[in-house]
Amino acid sequence: MKFSTLLRKPAEWMEHAGPHGDIVITSRVRFARNVVGFPFPGWAEKSDRSSTLEMIRPVVEGLPEMKDAFSEELSNLNAMRKQVLVERHLISREHAARSTGSAAVMNRRQTLSMMINEEDHLRMQSLQPGLNLKAAYKALDKIDTSLESDLEFAFDRKLGYLTACPTNLGTGMRASVMLHLPALVLSDQIGQVIQAANKIGLAVRGLYGEGTEALANLFQISNQHTLGMAEDALVTRLHKVVEQIIENEKNARLKLMEDKLSMLRDQIGRAYAILRFAHVIPSKEALNLLSMLRLGMDLGFFPYEYRSEIDVLLMEIQPAHLQIAAKSKLDAQERDVLRAEIMRRKLKSLPEPDSVNPGDEDSAPETEDDAQP
Amino acid sequence: MNTDLNCDLCEKKATVFLTQIVGNKMQKVNLCESCSSQQGVTDPAGFALADLLTGIGSEKQLPRPSAPEDSVCPECGFTQSDFKKTGRFGCPSCYRVFRDSLDTLLSTMHRGTSHAGKVPSTFSLRDESESVLSELKQSLDVAVDKENYEEAARLRDEIRKIEEAVRQES
Repeated sequence: MKFSTLLRKPAEWMEHAGPHGDIVITSRVRFARNVVGFPFPGWAEKSDRSSTLEMIRPVVEGLPEMKDAFSEELSNLNAMRKQVLVERHLISREHAARSTGSAAVMNRRQTLSMMINEEDHLRMQSLQPGLNLKAAYKALDKIDTSLESDLEFAFDRKLGYLTACPTNLGTGMRASVMLHLPALVLSDQIGQVIQAANKIGLAVRGLYGEGTEALANLFQISNQHTLGMAEDALVTRLHKVVEQIIENEKNARLKLMEDKLSMLRDQIGRAYAILRFAHVIPSKEALNLLSMLRLGMDLGFFPYEYRSEIDVLLMEIQPAHLQIAAKSKLDAQERDVLRAEIMRRKLKSLPEPDSVNPGDEDSAPETEDDAQP
Repeated sequence: MNTDLNCDLCEKKATVFLTQIVGNKMQKVNLCESCSSQQGVTDPAGFALADLLTGIGSEKQLPRPSAPEDSVCPECGFTQSDFKKTGRFGCPSCYRVFRDSLDTLLSTMHRGTSHAGKVPSTFSLRDESESVLSELKQSLDVAVDKENYEEAARLRDEIRKIEEAVRQES
């Protein structure tokens, strides 16, 4: 598959919401694996990296799941294309920084991606829309098992899968869920949620933005520990915690509708107005306003069918996606102009928030009737 | 504030603090227990601080690594100080070489120190014993070097036992 084909098609998770799709964007599971007899990529000579690449790449490409895959050495991808893959969560930032001796392989639906010679020889990832960790885990486990017959993975009875960084020892598994939590942020409860999650060994961080800043109210929650617990136990625990956070977010939304309806209407109305009519819009502002539109949609201020449009926009307004769409390199100001243009075009037919009554049965599947004041 | 001083030779906590006046100059040195005994600090006659100080930083004069902290992975040449710098290991075999110093780190990092999850279907007794064997053989070399023949004999017997078990399995 060519890069342009990959790009033209939005990832499956952007178009189809999964279980709890109003709050959970994606579920992701990643395994780290290394083959015996070779140094880890960070310590390896070029020749060693080439050897592991030549050993792993054909095996990965030969998986039935990778039929018609996009597969490329990183040295053959320019910075912009690498950045697009990062923005789509198909490769990591660290992987994008690599070139000779590293490769990326991903399926057409963009639910499966393999990084060869990232920090470990093989990092494989399975991505599902909505809260669907178990499906993501099962898919990856099956692939891992079938790879075992061709690749001898470094494993130790006591330490489990051996990885470059000891933080990944054991299962080598990182399970993570991307959550949209605007109401917990608006009602200042997000700090408590993060603290509670940290206490039981889960890491929470903003998806975009530096440090504690979480743009678009998007958060990623994942297991910190990989050693001492089995894969399914880790997955089950994360799933349970996420269910609890979903409950908290839903309650916070109901509470906002009850107590702070004017503030909520104002935020959503402003987001609508700016995104519909602005001509220059920086990425940070756009992400945060899109988050408000998404919340408005969940609460029934907008017709529900626009939801996938918003999720696709969240992706398409990012720097590399913009520049690939424009077919030229743009500076920050040009990007802000183009971003505003795309917003105006895509949201042109979106009706005003006030024209639909929040709580209408057709348009607000998530909102309870008694939430109306 | 943490005022702990580190050993001037390795990076362990210093427990031996030495001040010596040579001519009209005062020199100070901080050492950990193992380095101090290697340098003969406990024997005042055989120890000159100036020699020690001039030796610091020039690798030739440093004692060859013997303690696990200074060991080198025979497979990939990775050292403990490389790990301190990067937080990552060099190759899968490093975990055998540096295992002794790893347990404390792992218990702060993880829920436990033993793997409880998936085991690759290809993982067999032979693979496992290979890793155990190479570990035992290393210990045997060390024991022989140190002329600890009692320990060496014990290790030799253990190695024979495992080799026999593998032969019988195949």
